[in-house]
This record gives sequence, C-alpha cells and structure tokens, in this order.
Amino acid sequence: MTVTITVNGADHALDVDPATPLLYVLRDDLELNGAKYGCGLGQCGACTVHIDGKPAFSCLTPVGAVAGRRIRTVEGLGSAEAPGLLQQAFETEQAAQCGYCIAGMLMRAQALLDRNPDPDEAQIRAHMQTNLCRCGTHMRILRAIRRAVAMRKGVQAAQEIRP
Amino acid sequence: MNPILSPLSRRGFLTGGALVVSFALAPRAFAQLAGGGEGGAGPAVVAPDLKGSLKSAPWLDAWIRIDADGRATVFTGKVELGQGIRTALIQVAAEELDIPPAAVTLVTADTERTPDEGLTAGSHSMQDSGTAIQNAAANVRMLLAAEAAKIWDLPVGQVSTGGDGRLRAPDGRTLSYGEVAARLSLHVQAVPDAPLRKPSDYRTLGRALPRVDIPAKLTGGAAYLHDMRLPGMLHARVVRGPSVGTGLQSPDLDTVARMPGVVKIVRQGGFLAVVAERQWTAIQALRHLQRAAYARAAQPPLPADGSGDAVAATLKALPARDIAIMDTSDPVGPAVRSVKARYTRPWISHGSIGPSCAIAQYMDGTMTVWTHSQGTFDVRRVVAELVGLPPEKVHAIHAEGAGCYGQNGADDVAADAAVIARALPGRPIRLQWMREQEFGWEPLGPGMMTELEAELGADNRIVSWRHAVWSNPHNNRPVGAGGVLAGNEADPPFPAPEGKPIPMPEGDGSRNSNPLYSFANTHVVYHFLKDMPARVSALRSLGAHLNVFSIESMLDELAAAAGIDPLAIRLDHMRDERAREVMQAAADRFGWPKRVKGDGRHGCGMAFARYKNLGAYCAVAMEVEIDRETGRTMVRRAVAAVDCGQPANPDSVRNQIEGGLVQSLSWTGREAVRFAPDRRASFDWSSYPILRFDDVPGSVEVVVMDRPGAPFLGTAEAAQGPSAAALANAIANATGVRLRDMPLSPDRLKAALGPV
Repeated sequence: MTVTITVNGADHALDVDPATPLLYVLRDDLELNGAKYGCGLGQCGACTVHIDGKPAFSCLTPVGAVAGRRIRTVEGLGSAEAPGLLQQAFETEQAAQCGYCIAGMLMRAQALLDRNPDPDEAQIRAHMQTNLCRCGTHMRILRAIRRAVAMRKGVQAAQEIRP
Repeated sequence: MNPILSPLSRRGFLTGGALVVSFALAPRAFAQLAGGGEGGAGPAVVAPDLKGSLKSAPWLDAWIRIDADGRATVFTGKVELGQGIRTALIQVAAEELDIPPAAVTLVTADTERTPDEGLTAGSHSMQDSGTAIQNAAANVRMLLAAEAAKIWDLPVGQVSTGGDGRLRAPDGRTLSYGEVAARLSLHVQAVPDAPLRKPSDYRTLGRALPRVDIPAKLTGGAAYLHDMRLPGMLHARVVRGPSVGTGLQSPDLDTVARMPGVVKIVRQGGFLAVVAERQWTAIQALRHLQRAAYARAAQPPLPADGSGDAVAATLKALPARDIAIMDTSDPVGPAVRSVKARYTRPWISHGSIGPSCAIAQYMDGTMTVWTHSQGTFDVRRVVAELVGLPPEKVHAIHAEGAGCYGQNGADDVAADAAVIARALPGRPIRLQWMREQEFGWEPLGPGMMTELEAELGADNRIVSWRHAVWSNPHNNRPVGAGGVLAGNEADPPFPAPEGKPIPMPEGDGSRNSNPLYSFANTHVVYHFLKDMPARVSALRSLGAHLNVFSIESMLDELAAAAGIDPLAIRLDHMRDERAREVMQAAADRFGWPKRVKGDGRHGCGMAFARYKNLGAYCAVAMEVEIDRETGRTMVRRAVAAVDCGQPANPDSVRNQIEGGLVQSLSWTGREAVRFAPDRRASFDWSSYPILRFDDVPGSVEVVVMDRPGAPFLGTAEAAQGPSAAALANAIANATGVRLRDMPLSPDRLKAALGPV
C-alpha cells in the first residue's frame, strides 16, 4: 500500500508495508544514511530522528504511523558543504571517533536546543542519557553541544548589535 | 576505501597518468608473523634493514604514486576504525613528500591495491604504516630532488622543496612534482637512510588537522560500509540460535519460503540464512525462524556468573601451560611488609554500537567482499578457503564500520555474506547482524585473573614481586575458514585453530604482566589457558587491562600499607625517564600534591603504564566522589598524560586517550557478560549496560607530551589499563575499601562499604 511521508520538507509516496520501521524506509527507500541501525529496540539512540519536532527512535516507529507527520533526519540539519550550527560545533570539537552514534546524537541534541536554547550541563546530560556511544566520545559531544549553545548566543548577540 | 566511497575509482587508478610501472606487493606468506602485533597471518619480512612495514613491502610504488598533476596517492594496509588513522597517515605522507595534505589521496586496505600490513590492531598502525609511509615518502622526495638536480645540472643539495609540490633551484626555477615524477620509476626498493624532514621545519605533522572522515559522519554522507547500496543488492539475515554453541531445532522454513519478497533460503550444513528483496522482509523471516526451540550442543559448561570467586574458579579449573615471563634475582635486605592479592576481570563484550555488516558479490568466478574487519587480507584467506576459491579470486576491500575495539562480529559476518553470495551468483548481498546476534555470537574479551604478592623493605623499596596471570591468548583471529562461525557450520566443519600464545614483548594475556618498574626479585608467570568455555578473542589492550590494573592496584596497596605517597612509590621504582616525565606531567596538571584527601566520600587515585612496555606511555589521575547510599562512583575529573613519540595529530591522540579512558571506566566499573546455563544471557543494552552520559566524568583533560621527531608509539590502547587502575585506586583512597574484582560496580561497592 502507499504511504506518504514528509522527510526534511519533501513528500514521498512509497509503496511499502506500513508496519515497516521508519528506519528501513529512510535508509533503503529514501537512501538517507543518517539514521543508523543500532539495536532495533530503542535502547541506543543511533536511529534517532525528529517526528513533529520531537526525538524518536525510527527503529521502533512503523512508517504507517508517521504518514503526514514532519520527519527530520540529520540530513535536514545541513550538509558537509553547508553544515548547520550544531554540525559545525561537532566539527569544531572533532566530536566523533567511529561516529556511528553521531547522527543520532546530533538529532537528540538538536531536539533539546530547539526546545531550550540555553540548557545547563545537568539538563544536557540528562537529555542525552538515552543515546549510547561506545568509543567514549561523550566528553566531546558534551563540549560540542555547549559550543553550539554559545555559538547561537554569539549569533543572536551579533544580530542585536546590528542597527 | 571502496569504489562507491572512493573519489579515485579503480579504473582511474589503472589508467591515470601514473608512474607505477608494475604494482608491487610483497610475497604474501602465510607465516604466523606478528600481523599487526596480534599474531595474525602477517606478511613475511623481506627487507629487515628497512623501517616499519617497508620490511615486508620495500618497493616504493607499493606505497606512493605521484600523478601527472602532482597529487599523491598513498596506499596503506591499515584501516580507519574511528581512531583517526586515515588523517594521521595523510599528514605523515604530506609532511615527508612536502606537499599540502589536500594533495594526498589515501587508499586503505584492499587486497588488490595496497600492501598487506596484517591486522589493524595492537596500536601498531603508526609504528608499522606511519613509519613505512614516512620513510617511503622521504625516499620519493629524495628521488624527485635527484631527478630535478639532473635536469638542472645542479648538485642535489641545491634542490629544495617549499611545501607546494614544486622543486626549487637556487636561481628561482621550479619544476612540479608531476613533471619530474613522469621521468622516474618508483618501482625501486626503499633505502633505509633517506633523510627525513627536520621537526623544526614541519608544516603538517604534529598539527591538529580536522579529521577527513568526520564531515560525512556528521551529515549523513556515505561514511560506512552499512551505507553502500549496490545495483541489484539483496538483503540477508543469517539464522542462528541465541548464542555461540546453540542451534535452532526444526526452524519453520516452509512458511518463510512462501513469504512474499523472500528470494532464497541458503542452507549448507549447519549454516542457514534468508535472503530477501527488502531488509524488513529478511528481518521478519529471521524472527519467524527464531521461534523454533534451541538447544546447546554438549560442550564445556559456560563460565560461572557473577563474583570474582566464580571467575577464578572457572579459570583455575581449565588446563594450563605455564610460561615464565620474567625471573630476576637480586640481593636485598629483609622484607618488613608484604601484601598478597587476587584480581579478576569477567568476560566483556566489544559492544559495538553498530552490529557487524558485510557486502559480498560473486560474479564471473570472483568473490568481492566489502568488510570492516581489522584484517582485510585475512578476510580474503578465510573466504577463499570457506567457499573453495583460490585466494586471487577473492577481492576483499575495507570499508568503515562502527568501532570494533578488537575482534567483534566483523570477520564472521564477512564470511557469512560470502557463503550467501556464492549461492546467489551475480547479486550483491548485504548482510547485517541483529543486535542480539552481535551480543550472542561475537568473540568476547576473555575473563582473566591474576595473583600478586609483593614485599617492601625497610627503606620502602620493593624487595620482591610475584605476578601470576591466568588467561587464554585473547587472540583467536581467523586466518582460515576454521576461525569463523560459517566455517564451524560447514559440512564437514573446518577445524577450529588452536590458540597459540603471542610471545613477549608484545604478549597477549601476558601483555604488560612484566612491570616496567625496577623491582627486585621479580617473578612473572603466565598460566596459559589454550581453550575457554566461551568464544573469545581480542578486545582492545588484551591482557594489559587486567595486568596493569593488578600492578597499579598493588602499588597503591603497598603505598597505603607503608604510608607512602602513590606518586612517590612509582617514581622511586622507575628508571625510564620518559615514564617519569609522563607521571609527573599528569600529576602536575592534576594538582596531585594539593589533591582532595580521602574522606570517606572523596578521593584520588593515579596509575601508569607503558603499553606493552614498547608503545605509548600513559599516566592517569582521577578524583572520585562516592555516594555511600548507592555505592555509585562519580568521576569528578580525570587527567591523562601521554607520550606517543612525535604525535602525528595531537587532537586525534587526545581523542583516543579521552575515549579509551571513558571506555575503560565503563568496562572496569560496569561491565560483565552474563551467562545462563545454556546460553549467553547478555543480549541487549539492558542486559549488558554500558556507561551513559549521567556516569561519564565531570571533565577529562589530556596532556600530549611534545617529542619532536621521536619515533611513533602506538596510542590507541594506552589508556585502558591505567584508567582502570586509577579508578580502583581513587575508590580505595576515598573509602578505604579495595575492590579487586571487576566490575567495580555500585552494588559491589555498596556491599563492601556495609550499612550506611
């Protein structure tokens, strides 16, 4: 059957079993690499995307349940040529080792920043709790999120100074 | 690198304006040499006077090609595992060729394109490949300069380079590398004494260049093998019982064969896989087949669960061969204090975030396998034997996977995919293991134990030191079909290879059991356990994790008994100047003399090791805070100092040490694979919890020692042992309770602390 989903602002009509987890539709049908298969159980966060602005495990979400809802993946934050602010912060901090968890980390963190542009350290750590990293890149991921907060403040300050 | 991800296609490589006369690869001996330090099937040494992997691949054109446009293509047999080696090797090549790093294209392990450098393991990549590329590049620059001198009729000493890919004459004339290279053949053997660039002139080496692989990883680029999509590709799942040694009884193949979208069921001997047009179909088919009952074949009992006593009982019941590691005899005064202790480590999972994946395609008599194994050339050997092809008909190509930290399921899944592809000629087969398969079937990091006994003399010097370690070799890397699961499932099965010890100085379970310290009367013995009741193989740092934990815990136990400062007892017994400097650097940055004193809830600890006593030096100090009600240990701050010789990229070094420290806190503080009587009982992240953001340190700081021009020393595993021991020492300093059995978990600490 045909399911229509909206990913990073574009509509896609897909002939797919509506029980298929969104993860496989994103990866295999839309050929988006960002969301990763990590556990299929909602325990690691490697597959994290946004559904209507909230972080969600795409490995547990049937595609039929997200018809007509806004889905955002890491590809929607920016590209290697034009990275988004949070991606820039991760690049500056070199916040990746193997990087397999990182797209999920970015989407998880972006959801926090969208809701709370100035989170404190405890709020950041609590929010990131759902996502696993095995390389031990946590310290850099935390630094990158703090950097993104500071960068956004800097951009806002610059805009306010401008007459 | 593979044709999909590579900017340089194979066709481009073969037809580009290259000065490669014939591509030179060293003879691929199957000798059991030190293949990357872990005893895999490494290449034979043919040029012992050369440095690094030039010893086994001495021809310059095996390593470096200069294109007509002056760009360099550099070939390495090592692979990117997330450790940043790709960027580091580009920096090494750019520095010694004296060209911008952007002008270097690096090709990583590919059995048809790169030298065989054995495994990417044992923190060997900088020492093996970094050193080879450094010296090969210096040779190439020397040849280019000599050729330019000939063109200009100048003494060679008057030709210089300026970092821009041009050769310069004193009168201002210049020639591009491309122009000069077109007149040269690089099909010549390296010489051992090509002059290296002076550290004071470095333009690229030692700089914190951003890693070349990170942008794609942050933006959904095609960064991983998992992201490859080949035309006509099918999705497979391999069907097995819940964990190693189990089998499914009468899985319902009939129903699955009728499922729409299922292309084929592959069943050969005990091997079973399902192939479908869509990935979700393959997973549904797998889930249906997994409903069958399972049974564990008669095998030795699985390791006992839980306590250090249980780990020790399991290990001591196994037949052991005793290997003397160290035996010294010195005249000393009488001992006034003696401490004896046993330390244990349980079985640990690699816990890769991405379950292992491979793509295989069998076409026109050739098998191509894309793999994220640490041993690309071993994958070729394994697959060739497994599917009955000559090795030259198997092309193995590395593409990145999730971090592996040793032998996870990567080798097995590559072999699985090849078996499936052989049964479906023409179609590329993408096979990814499921989460529970990675936990259930990957080789685990082995359980281990040590017994140490040390004596202090009246002058606070150690007058005797005994260290016994019980371990298997850790290294069960597959070099033939018998080393992978599919080989064990073939009919008839390929015989499993016997575990063999890796001799010192590298060692395996014995790794770092020989203290770098100067202790009198040192006796170290390795109780080598050939077989284990659980499937095991290499986990980052092998035996160094427990051996360093044991040595460095014992030093603090002695220091506490005698009222000596932990830093002082270490410095008093250390003659290696670089070791002393690393310890002092960590202590200085940490503020060791003014540290928080143990008060029941707060405390500090430190530890040191030089990895294998021949790799990087690493010292770690940390401050902990204990919640006595729950037994939870919070690392408030940690400082590490590392001496890895000349750092190719200091930020990558920091990243490795930070990551190693945090990972070791997880292993040491939290992790133990659980076993039921008939299977592994850890199969997901709730039954095998690892450190999450709530539990990572408040801060981690890494001091990278400045060692201009010093030989590269492998870094990636250096933090594992010292971080583990620093944690135990800090907990002991805070609470007065010495935990000797990993994991140093909240439950164990709470139990040891007693009622609040």
